[in-house]
Amino acid sequence: MPDQSLTELETALNRADVRRRWWLSLPALLIVLLAGVGPLAIVVIYSFLAPGDYGDVVWKFSPEGWFNVLFTKDIFDGTISIADAHLSIFWRSFKLSAITTILCLIVGFPTAYYMAGRSPRTRALLLLLITVPFWTNLLIRAFAIQQLLRSEGVVNLLLMKLGLIDQPVQLLYTDFAILVGMTYVYLPLMVLPLYSTMEKFDFRLTEAAYDLYASRFQVLTRVVIPLVRPGLIAGATLVFIPCLGTYVIPRILGGGSTLMIGNLIELQFGQGRNWPLGAALSITLVVLVMLGLLIFQRNDRSGGEK
Amino acid sequence: MTRHFDTKSLPGFGFITLLCFLMLYLPIAVLVVFAFNAGTSIAIWQGFSLRWFVSAAQNDQVIEASIRSLQIAVVAAGLATVSATLAALATTRTKGYRGMKTKVLLFTVPLMVPEIVTAVALLIVVARLKVWTGYTGLGYLILSHAAFCVPFAYMPIRARLAGMDSTLEAAAMDLYASRWQCFRHITLPLLTPGIIAGFMLAFVISLDDVVITEFVKSAGQDTLPTYMLGQLRRNITPEINAISTAFLALSVVLIVVFYLVSNRKKT
Repeated sequence: MPDQSLTELETALNRADVRRRWWLSLPALLIVLLAGVGPLAIVVIYSFLAPGDYGDVVWKFSPEGWFNVLFTKDIFDGTISIADAHLSIFWRSFKLSAITTILCLIVGFPTAYYMAGRSPRTRALLLLLITVPFWTNLLIRAFAIQQLLRSEGVVNLLLMKLGLIDQPVQLLYTDFAILVGMTYVYLPLMVLPLYSTMEKFDFRLTEAAYDLYASRFQVLTRVVIPLVRPGLIAGATLVFIPCLGTYVIPRILGGGSTLMIGNLIELQFGQGRNWPLGAALSITLVVLVMLGLLIFQRNDRSGGEK
Repeated sequence: MTRHFDTKSLPGFGFITLLCFLMLYLPIAVLVVFAFNAGTSIAIWQGFSLRWFVSAAQNDQVIEASIRSLQIAVVAAGLATVSATLAALATTRTKGYRGMKTKVLLFTVPLMVPEIVTAVALLIVVARLKVWTGYTGLGYLILSHAAFCVPFAYMPIRARLAGMDSTLEAAAMDLYASRWQCFRHITLPLLTPGIIAGFMLAFVISLDDVVITEFVKSAGQDTLPTYMLGQLRRNITPEINAISTAFLALSVVLIVVFYLVSNRKKT
């Protein structure tokens, strides 16, 4: 039966193809498993071990790492209380990330909207101007902000020259500095997805709305925003999620009392010498990030169905 | 005469756009300007001078760190690009097979894990390996960099492959080209812009990395970013501005090349 042998040949060829594809992906799989996903799995294990005296861990099961994420036990009388320090750092990270997202939105939305309405040539130029800072080194950008905000920096100098202040104001090493830094660094990540949805936006729709006596506010809230919702959500995701896990920006612009989750994790592997707690905090951060992504994605989908 | 009514913008939006671009460029501009300052201040202009570039170029630590950064970036981006190219060939232009979705997820999910978490994860593993094997060379840094570069190299290459016309390859095969000949003379040339774009991305990402390097490096293995991070809390001079400016110049060159390469695929 020729038909049957043909299908047999086809499955054999298919199988060979799949096998070849596995061989092809082997190097990348090895690299990612060895130095990416694999170590993450080990972090999960470490979060259930006991801390060693000088860092590292003792190979003994202990739920203390996870316990310490939310609670502290008094060394002297053993009373258990909520770990306020950790909670406040989690809350600060959330708060600063949310404010940064809003700030980026306030600046980014009008920018993307304005860009989308220009001629193709201007658009290409403006797009390039948004992209270049995005690809320049994050450390250098955070450092540029640090220089501006220093006591002897340009901002303080200008304010003094203008007579607004008599002596330098402490700007650096505050939540304000972190906010400025994060907004500055992540602004392109808000503008780019917003712009890419607005680029496809049909401006005849706003024209039609104006013809039908819609006010500017109505055009914005009833026509533009519903249509660019995917871009809004993508932008908010791309700003909020990296902000939540940021480490470099608070390290350069924040002080000892303005830690974020990333710095709290680092502390456990450095001075804190509590690797299991650090591991548990890391997993908590990953879970928070994944939850955030899920919520944003959910919103995106429900918006699409309407 | 009626006033022009712009349906493509709203009042104040143009102004905010201007503000947005000023915000994006002013801090960097100030940083670059003071790299050329003759004095030691980073806020008061004391005349033009190249002294800080000269002093950076004569700083052995800076030179050593720069060379190390470039070495790591070249090798790690190379490794990442080759493996990502093969991985892209394995995960595109097929009806799909068991395990393919998992592979794609593995190649892209690392992008969503916060860098600090990847960094401490690698610290845990590498600290162990250093004790067990006694090896403390650049290998750890190269492998770590390659790992976080794979997704960045993979995505443009995969996008290029997915958009590629497969009829040319079918024609070559019909004309009795071997699998290798077909790949070498048809697939690879068509894929080259994607591969170059992937390599550039991976290279820039590796060059810029500070968090993972900071946690994985052994003593005396500073890269340029970790060296700079170490200097930031000190009493700074415009020398660090000069280093940053040189670094920025290199990045801008790479971005321009990346743009030229990725625009070529449209024509």
